[in-house]
Amino acid sequence: MAKILKMVAQRLALGLLTLFVVSLIIFLGVELLPGDLAEAILGQAATPETVAAFRRELGLDLPPHTRYLEWLGNMLQGDFGTSLANKRAISELIGVRFANTLFLAATAAVISVPLAVTLGVLAALYRNTLFDRAINVVTLTSISFPEFFVAYILILFLSVKANVFPSISNVSADIGFWEHVYRVILPALTLTLVVVAHMMRMTRAAIINLLASPYIEMAMLKGITRSRIITHHALPNALAPIINVIVINLAYLVVGVVVVEVVFVYPGLGQLFVDSVIKRDIPVVQASCLIFAGTYILLNLTADVLSILSNPRLMHPK
Amino acid sequence: MRELDHYRTMLAAGKLSRRRFVQLATALGASTALATSMAGSALAAPKKGGTLRLGIGHGSTTDSLDPGTFENLYMQVVGGAAYNKLTEVANSGDLVPELAESWDVTPDAKVWTFKLRQGVEFHNGKTMDSSDVIASINHHLGEDSKSAAKAILDPIAEVKADGKNTVVFTLKTGNADFPFIISDYHVAILPAKDGKLDPLSGVGTGGYVIDNYEPGVRTALKRNPNYWKGDRAHFDGAEVLAIVDVAARTNALTTGEIDAMDRVDLKTAHLLARNPNIKIEEVSGTQHYTFAMRTDTDPFTDNNIRLALKHAIDREALVKTILRGHGVVGNDHPIGRSNRFHADDLEQRTYDPEKAKFHLKQAGLSSLKVDLSAADAAFPGAVDAAVLYKEHAAKAGININVVREPNDGYWSNVWLKKPWCAVYWGGRPTEDWMFSTAYAAGVPWNDTYWNHERFNQVLVEARAELDEAKRRQMYFELQKIVRDQGGVVVPMFANYVMGISKKVQHEKLGANWSLDGFRCIERWWFA
Repeated sequence: MAKILKMVAQRLALGLLTLFVVSLIIFLGVELLPGDLAEAILGQAATPETVAAFRRELGLDLPPHTRYLEWLGNMLQGDFGTSLANKRAISELIGVRFANTLFLAATAAVISVPLAVTLGVLAALYRNTLFDRAINVVTLTSISFPEFFVAYILILFLSVKANVFPSISNVSADIGFWEHVYRVILPALTLTLVVVAHMMRMTRAAIINLLASPYIEMAMLKGITRSRIITHHALPNALAPIINVIVINLAYLVVGVVVVEVVFVYPGLGQLFVDSVIKRDIPVVQASCLIFAGTYILLNLTADVLSILSNPRLMHPK
Repeated sequence: MRELDHYRTMLAAGKLSRRRFVQLATALGASTALATSMAGSALAAPKKGGTLRLGIGHGSTTDSLDPGTFENLYMQVVGGAAYNKLTEVANSGDLVPELAESWDVTPDAKVWTFKLRQGVEFHNGKTMDSSDVIASINHHLGEDSKSAAKAILDPIAEVKADGKNTVVFTLKTGNADFPFIISDYHVAILPAKDGKLDPLSGVGTGGYVIDNYEPGVRTALKRNPNYWKGDRAHFDGAEVLAIVDVAARTNALTTGEIDAMDRVDLKTAHLLARNPNIKIEEVSGTQHYTFAMRTDTDPFTDNNIRLALKHAIDREALVKTILRGHGVVGNDHPIGRSNRFHADDLEQRTYDPEKAKFHLKQAGLSSLKVDLSAADAAFPGAVDAAVLYKEHAAKAGININVVREPNDGYWSNVWLKKPWCAVYWGGRPTEDWMFSTAYAAGVPWNDTYWNHERFNQVLVEARAELDEAKRRQMYFELQKIVRDQGGVVVPMFANYVMGISKKVQHEKLGANWSLDGFRCIERWWFA
């Protein structure tokens, strides 16, 4: 156990370094984009004087390294700063959005992960049957379409024709939990269709991979049923790759859903991020990126820890 | 007439019988027929109640409540509900008093005296007076102003109070349209505190109080119980949603999630119109698309080249394909048909490759190759329009090379920089405003870098002219000069196209801006 704790500590320290590098790259990237917030906000209405006044007020006239160091200093003291565009505290701005994003990701995960693993196990169990083929075709089809297309198809049938779910996910703080779930069902279903194939096929492949091992042959010779072999003997050993792919997909559900957010008008972090990049609102871009990067780092760490726990051999490397 | 209006409001509210109203109205000098019909229309007055849900194709997390930085329809509509201006452009296009009750001007159109409406309360309970107006105007002026209205208010030399209810503006030069200028959506009146404004407070005098504001997502508005306009603000509340994706907006309207949307997808408008619960409304205003040539850059320095290019575009075809018929052809000047002094009898320029060739020859050329920069950020369909233009111009021996520019940063890197580019103009309510914004010599948005002596001279004269007939003549001349010698190709004026649920009722829609001149929340009602 001490080994794991040491590894976690090491990885967290490395994670902090990664975050630092990410923040630097993002800052430089936004700096390289043409124009700045003053010009982006004023748009066609920009005159040289108003742009200059804007820059003076926001400190955009300072050299880039001064601005970056100032931001870093505040950041290290836990102060995310305020949005340049509307002076709102970033922690407040992002807090609600991030909670919404997590809610949607969690809803999608609750539907998609059990579904994918079950389908994967069933597909391995009935390998090369019509069922296996059908599952593969359906999931691969849904992953091959762009997300917005899947979303529009769901809206057409479940919202416009059948009128069972709302076509836009109009959520706010004052609605209850179940109402919130009801309003995010369509985006969650869309995301499910997009991520299921990946997890399902990985589950199936990992299990099938093991079915050729001698210990499975032994189990078969003992006369155990096929379903028991798969669930009790193959699945536990296949957990490491499955966990990895699930975690990658969870990370995707948190950071990669901006298209779905736009189609369903869901107020998540992705939309905030895109708006901020367009307007060059650097503090918000930085904070969002750190959250995205942090999500990846933490989820990857979790995946590694879980894989090691699921396979004691990894705890004692030679 | 104010008494008559008062009686009408009382009648509508049921505080006066119909019979008594007719008696009072005839006593005030109205004919019996007029009084009876007025009673009828007052009793058919809009119903109160309900929550209007709007889906707006704009809105960003970086929006702010500061009216000086309003830049998109989302904030303009929210501002239209929460704030009032001194004057208002009515749905007829006429200027009517709003927070100002009346105004007076010296014969040189230089000193404007506005009498303020008394007893108007802000949402925070403060009573509006001249100090608030002055602070609200000064918010846009001065060195540290980051307001987009700084340029239009620049003519103000001094603004001062004359008692609590009168504000006097002294202008640098006479401007007959000044009351129009202060109807601009940026120039909202907010409460002052110690002579300064808190521009982010969201407190105004408007018909709706901002209850909850999440930039780029949703704004919840509730009716201002003390609203001073008796015949406006019929909804109990409104919810304004930012739905940038047009398909999502259309879905939301067809499934009844929202009651109205702006910017209907022109490609599918005819399909949407088949829905029995939805009507498509459109108004033709001042919104127009242009191709601006820099007249200080070769080859556009030569007016013959400019004329050749103006004759080499098929405007009808652009209206038909790019606007799908939801618009009208332009005549190479920026004044719309709904403007007061639009030159109706100025000959419409048409597509004529032979004339284009003739002008090319006059310039001493047999063929011409030019770059045209476009991106859909300029206006929807700008790239397609440029490609069509290229096809049209090819017949006249002009080779237009369409340069597709990135949407991102279009207004800072392409517009005003590239020699020839596609441009969007929301238009301005008055001729002078439009011309002084983009055609007068030396102004920052003169995107054609045009400097025409006679034009500049007449523009200044017309600005201070209070006689309407003379002004009409002057503006006719200005439109003709821009059309024949300016650096701008104006192929089309685009309609504002909206989708509205049939549950929603409204009078004639204002054409000055989309969604009833940004005032739909206070003007519309549920049947």
